[in-house]
Amino acid sequence: MKFIKPLISIVITIILIYALESQFGVIPPLGAFLNPSTGFWQNAESKHILTAENLKINGLQGKVVIKYDENMVPHIFAENDHDLYYAQGFITARDRLWQMDIQTRSASGRLAEVAGPKALEIDRYHRRMGMVYGAENSLKGVMKNPFSRMMVTAYTEGVNNYIHGLAPKDYPIEFKLLNYKPEEWKPINCVFLLKLMSETLASGSDQFEMTNDLKRFGANTVNDLFPDHSFHEDPIVPVGTKWNFKPLPVPKPSATFLAQMTENIKPREKVEGIGSNNWVIGGNKTATGYPILANDPHLHLTFPSIWYQVQLSSPTVNVYGVSLPGAPCIIIGYNQKISWGVTNVDADVLDWYQVKFKDKTKNEYWYNNQWNKVKKRVEQIKILGEEPFIDTVLYTHHGPVVYEDESKKPKDGPKNIPLGDALRWIAHDESDELMCFYLLNRGGNYNDYREALKYFTAPAQNFIFASSDKDIAITPNGKFPLKFKDQGKFILDGSDPANDWQGWIPADQNPTVKNPPRGFVSSANQSPTDTTYPYYINWRFDTYDRGKRINDKLTAMQKASVDSMRLLQTDVYSMRAHDVLPTMIKYLDTSKMDDSQLMAFDLIKNWDKNFAENSPGASVFSTWWTHFYDMVWDEFKVKGTYLNLPSYDRTEKLLLTEPNSNWFNIVSTPVKETCADIVNHSFNESVDELVRKHGKPGKKWQWGTVRKSAVNHLANIPGFGSGDFAAGGTSMVIDALKGGNGPSWRMVVQMGPTVKGYGVFPGGESGNPGSFYYNNMFQTWKDGKLNELLFLKSVDENTPGLKTTLTLSSK
Amino acid sequence: MLFLIILILSFASGYFLPWWVVAIAAFLTAFVVGKTSGQSFWSGFSAVFIVWTVLALFKSIPNDHILAKRVATMFHLPHWIFILFVTALIGGLVGGMSALSGLLLKRAFSK
Repeated sequence: MKFIKPLISIVITIILIYALESQFGVIPPLGAFLNPSTGFWQNAESKHILTAENLKINGLQGKVVIKYDENMVPHIFAENDHDLYYAQGFITARDRLWQMDIQTRSASGRLAEVAGPKALEIDRYHRRMGMVYGAENSLKGVMKNPFSRMMVTAYTEGVNNYIHGLAPKDYPIEFKLLNYKPEEWKPINCVFLLKLMSETLASGSDQFEMTNDLKRFGANTVNDLFPDHSFHEDPIVPVGTKWNFKPLPVPKPSATFLAQMTENIKPREKVEGIGSNNWVIGGNKTATGYPILANDPHLHLTFPSIWYQVQLSSPTVNVYGVSLPGAPCIIIGYNQKISWGVTNVDADVLDWYQVKFKDKTKNEYWYNNQWNKVKKRVEQIKILGEEPFIDTVLYTHHGPVVYEDESKKPKDGPKNIPLGDALRWIAHDESDELMCFYLLNRGGNYNDYREALKYFTAPAQNFIFASSDKDIAITPNGKFPLKFKDQGKFILDGSDPANDWQGWIPADQNPTVKNPPRGFVSSANQSPTDTTYPYYINWRFDTYDRGKRINDKLTAMQKASVDSMRLLQTDVYSMRAHDVLPTMIKYLDTSKMDDSQLMAFDLIKNWDKNFAENSPGASVFSTWWTHFYDMVWDEFKVKGTYLNLPSYDRTEKLLLTEPNSNWFNIVSTPVKETCADIVNHSFNESVDELVRKHGKPGKKWQWGTVRKSAVNHLANIPGFGSGDFAAGGTSMVIDALKGGNGPSWRMVVQMGPTVKGYGVFPGGESGNPGSFYYNNMFQTWKDGKLNELLFLKSVDENTPGLKTTLTLSSK
Repeated sequence: MLFLIILILSFASGYFLPWWVVAIAAFLTAFVVGKTSGQSFWSGFSAVFIVWTVLALFKSIPNDHILAKRVATMFHLPHWIFILFVTALIGGLVGGMSALSGLLLKRAFSK
């Protein structure tokens, strides 16, 4: 009996400790997370940084010196290439380990392993899209090339050596929060990061909706509303540029395609305007006489920052720029001779093929007038706290049948993926993109640039180029399938071999232009060429708005400086407002307006068409245009079917040139509406909306207040993101900040005898929310300013402002 | 005495051993030198409470509390001082309960 009291006390204590070691839902194990010896407090970095640090590690061939500048950007100096990429892996892992882990987990469909059943459907989606299948294929290409293999294996060694040296108290805070451990890095993880880029930039598809459109409205209407070339155009390769090659014969449209396009057949989504820009202004138009290159790739912004700045130097290379955490090389940057940047092409490199199975067993499918074997790939998805989930994915020669029937598709799964169709996607092919960057990093002139581009498969990018010998160029570049016109605009019949991709556009025949007479090159995701280009790349690209604005400004520019480039990168002038607003205002009937409407009318009439942070006119126009667009295309809002709406460009054409069109009629009302009716109705509705949400017209109507922006943490952890902030910009203006999408890196490089780079990204070099360098560049980015980038010529260069030197040497 | 020994042991173990080692330290110390249950609990509680507060501040002050502020936001707490208090409280409870257990067991044996 005397032991009862101590026993009760001991049991309570043990339960207490056990509870503090256990995870409840999203709450981390509190004892493990909060205790000061191994918990999150250990991740709090001190503001006092040692000025020198020496580490002895395994696997290095020589000595590596890493100098950290005032933004904690590492400048790596190695004695050979192996050590260079080893150190890049080591250093990147030191700053970004969790980000590297979670991104590769996400791409490879392995989130449920650490997050439990709630992540199962996301994992299944990645597996069924063939992300792992594609990465395995790509890895073959990487490992065949001795240079790429060297980079990937050295990088992997570096990452793993860093991981091996970690004690649990050193784990990045997110591991402690989500309660799992870092695992060994593998070469395929480097490839997964590039696949992830393909998924972001080259996996949008509207074939399913377009096919629904076709069934509902017929071919004539669809051809009218979804033209292959826009109303407003200003292509990347200037109009009239001659193609100096003999094109391959273009494949003939298949019989099944033609049948689809005759009038007898009756009845992850594309987002307009994510918005990357790049341009080079030639030496004739700059103050120094040398070209200036500018690039701002737009992506969904997150903390830790998407990019990681680094300088890589060895006897074969000396280059500065941004890398993807988890992959070797610099992706966007410059060396002493050349600079380069990218924007997305959005080529049609993803097609859906209807599959006819023989029977319910789905072991065979019809193709080329015979039954063919279906390949089965078994995906095992491990789930935290549950038995693994086994998923069998069917593969035809095209690729995976992503959702073969309703039962395989989750309820809230992606709407744009058709059932029973096989996916042909460029990201499934063997490739070796790293070699492209290996060569660009070491490039010295225009020919080196052209040679490097041959190695780049996907996601296709507009590679812009400038050199210190004053060459400028741009090439919409990637591996483009050789297609007949509009092949893949709609879902294709998978049994017809004529619908297959018929080879590739030769790499040297990709659209390109060098030193054009207008003295500059540029791109903003718009159409790559005019109609004279002999091949089909896609039927729709981003609207011309940003491209046109850039080209107008660059045409007018003389004696351009780095600062004029910076100002252009943060330009918020709306080309769409420029094109349509005068017409819209003309239709407005002010005689029946109430007070608020009159005030709003006054705001919009006097608006300078800039989406500035403090502009109320921008709020009126943005809301007005959205309502107008929705009212015009009410015919496309049909329950039970999933249709693609015509583009903004087509809507502008309708407004400006077809005021009597039937599309202005609202089908649900008895009267027949005209263009003027819709313009007035939508104006009134938008004013009502603004008044409802923000009160009478006034300060609260300012664009930055009406439209809040935020950069969230990659796992959406509250407190780890930027929080809401007010800023200018919107989609389809150059500074295309919208809904968490925006400029992920802004760079300006002045070429010349001494190259000078400027750049900034939202966030910081460190991925640790407990670091002073987690978001130290955010404010600079938000203010539209650039940091001067430190590009060291040699390890001995004496530079003020260096924070610390890290020396790595062999044990 | 009891307080001081637990304090020293918690400090010493805090740098390299798992956090729950403080429980063993408090338990054993109270088992050997504990007198009353109240004295044991409060000695264990206050010793670990203080040690964890000091260790946490040792990391957090040179950090200007930027991480503590972010973690407080994550837990929907209005100020970083609350996250420090919760930390110390957890340590204190574990220390106090362990010391109390040690004392009660000692008594059971000596009876």
